[in-house]
Order: sequence, then structure tokens, then C-alpha cells
Amino acid sequence: MAESKVLQRVRERFGAAIIDTHSALGQDTVIVSKSAIVELARFLKEDPELQFNVLLDLTAVDHWKRKPRFEVVYHLLSLANRSRLRVKAPVGGADPELETLSALWPNANWYEREVWDMFGIRFKGHPDLRRLLLYPEFEGHPLRKDYPVDKRQPRIGPQD
Amino acid sequence: MAQTSETQTRSMLLNVGPSHPAMHGVIEIQVELDGEIIRQADVEIGYLHRGFEKECESATYTQCFPYTDRLNYVSPLINNFAFAEAVEKLMGLKVPERCEYIRVIMSEISRLCDHLTCVGASAMELGAFSVFLYMIKAREWLWELVENVTGARLTISYARIGGVKGDLPEDFVPTCREVLSKTRGVIREVDQLLTRNRIFYDRTRGIGCISAEQALNWGITGPFLRSSGVDYDVRKAFPYSIYDRFEFDIPIGERGDNYDRYLVRMEEMEQSIRIVEQALDQLPEGPTNVDHEGEVIEPALMADLGKFGQTRGLLVNEALIEPTLEGSQRRYHERVNADSPDDWLPPKEQVYSSIEALMNHFKIIMQGHGVRPPKGEVYHFVEGANGELGFYVVSDGTDRPWRVRCHPPCFPIMAALPTIIRGEQLADLIPTFGSVNMIAGELDR
Repeated sequence: MAESKVLQRVRERFGAAIIDTHSALGQDTVIVSKSAIVELARFLKEDPELQFNVLLDLTAVDHWKRKPRFEVVYHLLSLANRSRLRVKAPVGGADPELETLSALWPNANWYEREVWDMFGIRFKGHPDLRRLLLYPEFEGHPLRKDYPVDKRQPRIGPQD
Repeated sequence: MAQTSETQTRSMLLNVGPSHPAMHGVIEIQVELDGEIIRQADVEIGYLHRGFEKECESATYTQCFPYTDRLNYVSPLINNFAFAEAVEKLMGLKVPERCEYIRVIMSEISRLCDHLTCVGASAMELGAFSVFLYMIKAREWLWELVENVTGARLTISYARIGGVKGDLPEDFVPTCREVLSKTRGVIREVDQLLTRNRIFYDRTRGIGCISAEQALNWGITGPFLRSSGVDYDVRKAFPYSIYDRFEFDIPIGERGDNYDRYLVRMEEMEQSIRIVEQALDQLPEGPTNVDHEGEVIEPALMADLGKFGQTRGLLVNEALIEPTLEGSQRRYHERVNADSPDDWLPPKEQVYSSIEALMNHFKIIMQGHGVRPPKGEVYHFVEGANGELGFYVVSDGTDRPWRVRCHPPCFPIMAALPTIIRGEQLADLIPTFGSVNMIAGELDR
């Protein structure tokens, strides 16, 4: 199947940093190496042709036992072209880390806090990387596959 | 004690919430006040975190439906359908026409409920208590409709992968038309009470402003974005299901303030009614593939006969199922479910009377079998009542989703709230927060 225009353009510009692209189920996807994520995001947002001006969603997936283990997934929307794009950046290692996008899109701030909270992926340069949904004393990151679903943590309630 | 002539000023930190009558749901807004002016604000969420996404990973695809109900406790049907459609997209399933219409009708009814609640509650907080009562009255009629169709008011679990639980009850179309016209009356009444009301206008006009550019930057969608003048509605921009068949308008505001959001919601209710009316006109009957030679018998008797192997003649019988599950008999089952027996539970009549249906039932229910979408990922998005609601589902080819991510529409709005309320009065926090229509179930998951 022919590559869509968006994917072609991204590939032209970021040749080496692009790990893979696909359009499964009609949804364009770019898999990019994590070092190029900020540059790619800025390009997608500011390019006059693509204009992916809305960051709709930012989340992560834990591909346990696969290397690299995590994938941070961005869903972008171009209002002008009525098109969408999924960008995935694999991150791994004992202390997974990625550049923040909160300077580009202010809502990335909360999304990244949630990903930190749930997956323990650190966002470098994030202005305020606190837990979002869970309380500060919570241990571990519950959406990691090695966090047992029935694990209980006793420390609930206000702390001094 | 000698009084000094100088007054010392310092800001005050005030916690609004987590349990506060004006906070719809459990949420804490910490505001730093200078007199009555909000200088800084911080929103603390997560009080209602139930681990929806984690829970889904250990449940089968079908078992996820009850969880999706509880994401949005005002319009659960939209979440239900969105999740079903996400899985269907992953599997390449196509649902029958009639089912598509039912989904559209029920979604729009839910949107009506949601907007009624939001406008009603916001108006109540500004002192218009009767508006709240009028709107809740209308919502009650709509919820009765929902109850007739799904068997429950809130925990509906009505969607199925490849269809819906049951067909519409026999008298649905006339009842629905009547309820819609009554609801229209209520909306008109509220419009007369509020739209040109001096107090309401003064309390909402110019308060909680957000520009189109800001709103897009924050990733805000739905009525909140449209109030600032951007005509982005998923139903028009990326028509899913059968929304391209209906005529409706997308109301947009100009200033992006609370008053515009109120107007947008009021007009959207009218548009939802329009969509439902068109859908009722077009509602296809679809084939009812069952022969009617058999008798109608009690389901318990049918189950007993089946268990003892006395299946002769059972296949042509129809189980009498009363009353909220009307529409889930075999007669109706096929016209609202996709033609792929591997993915939907066969009607009970067949389970108790034919070995094929029993096997299908068994395979879908038993652990390690069940609905198995192929390996892959999908992001399905619909227009929820508050904005774009998305489900990102990753399948590893087993009967359990590897990852389910729900993108809640009110999440980016809550993230933007501190910026919106900064510099405004504390009392204005309430209408602004009301116009967000925050749904804690979705926000905290």
C-alpha cells in the first residue's frame, strides 16, 4: 500500500530517526526514536502543510519483555486538514526517560504527569513532574505489567 | 494593644473541595486568594481513581463493558458504544443497520441527559433552582426511556461487541417522540428563564474566557472548544457510525465564555433532538429471522428442559423475557447484532436447544477463548457530551486487551482550568467549573 502524504513528508524530513511507519486500519502511525521526539513534534505542529496543532492524547504502553519495554504514544490532530497521526516513541532501560513536550503543548503537562504516575516514565525538562492520579506516598507504578492487579497499599488517608 | 495604621495584606490559601457542594464530584481546587481575586490555582484530581485501565487488562473484552458504564455517570451509553466500536474497528466487524440507528438514537439521548444536567446544575449554583428542577424532570423522562431500552438507568452495559444487548421495545418510537417534544418544551421554558435573565447574564458573560487558539493549544474539544468559535465536532469532522446521514448544525460561540458555553449546550440539545427524530424516521426494521411456529414459554422452563436434554421443539420456541429485556428474544437478536456468531452471544433460546449455539456461547464465555481481536492497535474517537472521547485499544491477539486507554474529554479542560480562572473572583470559579461539566469518573478513571 502506498504511504500516505503525511508519512512520506515525515520520512523525507526525518529519514534516519524514523524507525517505522504504518497505516494499519487507516490510522497513520510513525514510530520515531526518542531522541527526535521534540524535534518531530515541533515540525508536525509548525509545518505549514501538516499543521498538527492539537495534541489530543498522550499515553504509554508497557510491552513487557519486549525491548525497549515502553512505548509513549501521542495522538495528534490537524484541524485544518482534518487528519490524525499517531506518533510512538519506544523507551526502555531501568529508568526510562524522554524529553517533555510541555513547552509545545501545555496540556502535555498533565498527560506526562499521568504517564509518570502510571508507568514511571520520566519526562526530562518537565516543570512539575508529580503524581497526578495517585497520592505521593504510593509505591510503584500500577500500569506496569509487573505490578500485580490485586496489590494493596495501606497508606491511604491524609499524611502529616 | 496599639493599632498600627498600616494594614498588612497577605494572600490566603483556600481549599475548595474535595468534598464541597459546588464541586460536581470529588475534586480539589486549591486557590491562592488576594481578597476575592484568584491569584494562583492548582487542581488536584485522582480521588475517584479506580484503576479502570489496569482492571481492563485482566478482564476479557466483554467484561470491560460494565467498567465503561462507570466512566461517565451521566451519559454512560456513549462510552459503552465508543468502546464497542473501538473493538469492532480492530476486528473489522460491521454491525447491522438497525443497530447503528439504535446506537445513534441512544447516544443522542445521552447527550441530551448530559447537557440537561450540566446546564441545570450550573444554573442552580447561580441561584436558579427551578431551572435545575425543570431540567432534572426532563432528564428523568429521558432516563425512563433509557431504562425501558437497557433495563437500567445508569449501569446500563447495553453495548455488545458487534451489536447491542437487545432490540428497542415495541412502543419505543411513539414514546420517544412524545418525550422529545416534552423535552423541547422544557428547553424552551429554560431558555425563557435564563437566556435574557440579567443575573444569569451578568454572572456568566465574560467569565471564564478562553480564546480559540488557547483552547486548541490545550487540546480542548467539545462544547468548550466550540464556544470559542471553532466548529470542530467529531460527528461532522470525522463522521463515524451513520452520522453522515443526518442533517444537523454545529452551534458555535464567539467569546468562549460561560454564557457562550451555555448557549452552545442549549442549541446542541435542539440539534440532538433533530438527529433522534430523523433517526426514528429512518429506523430500518431489518429481518427477523425466526419461525413463529413454536410457543412462547417461560425462560426457566426452557432452561430446565435444555439441561435435561429435552430439546425437541425448543429451537422453534421463544423464551418469554420480561419486561426490561424486551427485545432480547431471538426474534430480535439477529437484527441488532453483527452476522458473526463467533463474537456475540447467541440468544438463550438457541443456547438451550442447539449444540452449535451452546458451543458458541461456551467459547465466548470460557476463559482463554472469548472474543479475540487480531494483533494490533486502534484509536477510536467519538463525540462525547463533553468533547472527544477516545479509546486506544492495543490487542496482543488474546481474549484480553493488552492495553485500554480512555481519553476523557474533560481531562484537558481540567488541566487548563487554573489558567482560565486566574485573575477572576472566587465566586466566578463556580460557574466556570460548572461549565466544564467535569465527570470525575472519566477524569480519574
